[in-house]
Amino acid sequence: MTQQQIAGPPSAESADLAEEFLDRQTPLSRIRNILHRYPAVSPALVLLISVVVFGLLNDRFLRVENLSLITQQVSVVGTLAIAQTLIILTAGIDLSVGAVMILSSMVMAQLAVNSGLPAPIALLAGLVVGLAAGALNGFLVTRFRLPPFIVTLGTLNIFIALTLLYSNGATVRGSAMPDLLTWTGTTFPVGPVRISTGVVVMLLLYIAIAFILGKTAWGRHVYAVGDDKEAARLAGIAVNKVLMSVYLAAGAVLAVGAWIQIGRTNAASPNAGVDLNLDSITAVVIGGTSLFGGRGSVWGTLLGALIVGVFRNGLSLAGLDVLYQTLAVGVLIILAVSIDQWIRKVKS
Amino acid sequence: MTATHLEPAGTQVRQPILQARNLVKTFGRVVGLDGVSLDLYPGEVLAIIGDNGAGKSTLIKCLTGAEIPDTGELMVSGQPVHFKRPQDARAHGIETVYQNLAVSPALDVASNLFLGREERRAGLLGSVFRMLDTKGMRTKAKQELTRLGISTLQDVTVPVENLSGGQRQAVAVARAAAFGSKVVVLDEPTAALGVRESNQVLQLVRDLRDRGLPVILISHNMPHVFDVADRIHIQRLGKCAATITPQSHTMTDAVAIMTGAATA
Repeated sequence: MTQQQIAGPPSAESADLAEEFLDRQTPLSRIRNILHRYPAVSPALVLLISVVVFGLLNDRFLRVENLSLITQQVSVVGTLAIAQTLIILTAGIDLSVGAVMILSSMVMAQLAVNSGLPAPIALLAGLVVGLAAGALNGFLVTRFRLPPFIVTLGTLNIFIALTLLYSNGATVRGSAMPDLLTWTGTTFPVGPVRISTGVVVMLLLYIAIAFILGKTAWGRHVYAVGDDKEAARLAGIAVNKVLMSVYLAAGAVLAVGAWIQIGRTNAASPNAGVDLNLDSITAVVIGGTSLFGGRGSVWGTLLGALIVGVFRNGLSLAGLDVLYQTLAVGVLIILAVSIDQWIRKVKS
Repeated sequence: MTATHLEPAGTQVRQPILQARNLVKTFGRVVGLDGVSLDLYPGEVLAIIGDNGAGKSTLIKCLTGAEIPDTGELMVSGQPVHFKRPQDARAHGIETVYQNLAVSPALDVASNLFLGREERRAGLLGSVFRMLDTKGMRTKAKQELTRLGISTLQDVTVPVENLSGGQRQAVAVARAAAFGSKVVVLDEPTAALGVRESNQVLQLVRDLRDRGLPVILISHNMPHVFDVADRIHIQRLGKCAATITPQSHTMTDAVAIMTGAATA
């Protein structure tokens, strides 16, 4: 049997291609190729199915108030996950995102309340803190060539300690803050449903970062660096510059996340957000972005964050103990990474 | 046979595109290059062969800016040049395809061709929002592939990792040959390829030559070298042992010169 018989009667032109791709003509491998090309497809399907299932289990789930609540619950982790996506796309990982966000939020709140600085200045100071933290991570990763995992494990502890030292462990209540700081917690009506400003800010960030990653040379270089660092360098890309700018951008995003966190919890607490690090990684991974870098998108991450939010909300509406939510998230992570591994086999 | 610097027939009046004169490169007490000269003429394939440690890689690195020679001269189109970085050589139109294929697997063919030299949209979208001209780059990528005669790459929107080894090599070669380059240096382009894919790449080398682009080919594979090369530069112990042609010598002769069993 010749190869052309298997591939069907080919035209003269397609014969060559059919032979090249002969080993992936089964329906399953075709699905794999689609998932490989559009990594956001599988999280979108998972989100759709889970919304339908939870909607059938409990009719309160699909009410607009509940859906609005889910988006609010997702807004902080969703923002941190943007920063996490940027880092993971470069084949890194950032364990310090939650700690940076909390440090930034404490600086914002303390400066505005205890030091009496104007709210815009306090916000800017928080942004500077985010950028400085990103610069430190980026500097250690690029100059000392340390693995991002180790760098951010170290800075995670440093930032937690700095936060506690700076705040003396005290929470700043939202009622004491100027309106601008808690503005992200306000809501406005859209038809029958109230939308939180923080959610809108998060979505704007997603649109901005998706544009930058997908439509600019910088974005393409981020993917190239994560994909194959050496290839990127030989193509004339300044790899360290790209990495540094990614960590800085992540720091800026985290400062916005700090602002959203203050609005969402109506407070700035040094003890908040302990599990936000891992939750942000969870959202990125479930969203189909590869931990090996160079593959994925922020839209997948948004879907990933929403999936986690939907599972937690849906399971609690179904009357299940909070432990089962955590269990479900754990299963989701392992499934997501298994699918990623399977998709990557397309490389043949 | 006395001609150690044989020139292609009828090219005496032609100006070499790339010239190297008496290149010396030492690494501590190890002599990598011991006074090597080389001429590359327009529209020829010059193969460089030699045993391991004969100085092939060092020679290529000096020509492409990856190493700086201790002494000796480099000239591009008769003008003296000094390469300090690979980017300097690239700025003079000398493009290198590295052995480990400098392509980004997850990016598509067009993105790979334009990697590091992306083009932005006209107007505010490009200047303020830094937006890429994806469509324009895809169109240009297709034009370049057609111009270079690369027919194995039909769809420029396919990620490179979905391509076969020969097609990937074609992407790497296309990137080196595209956009006004003067010299293409190929380091072991067929080393990891099967028979059919090797033939595709060799055909590509011939096509580039026929379009007037000179190619320097480093290879261990004698049949491939004798198949496509116009002239063959044989390195031995850091020196150029001979420059021969496939017509003047046989493969056995070439191997004998390479190993020092014979002289040209």
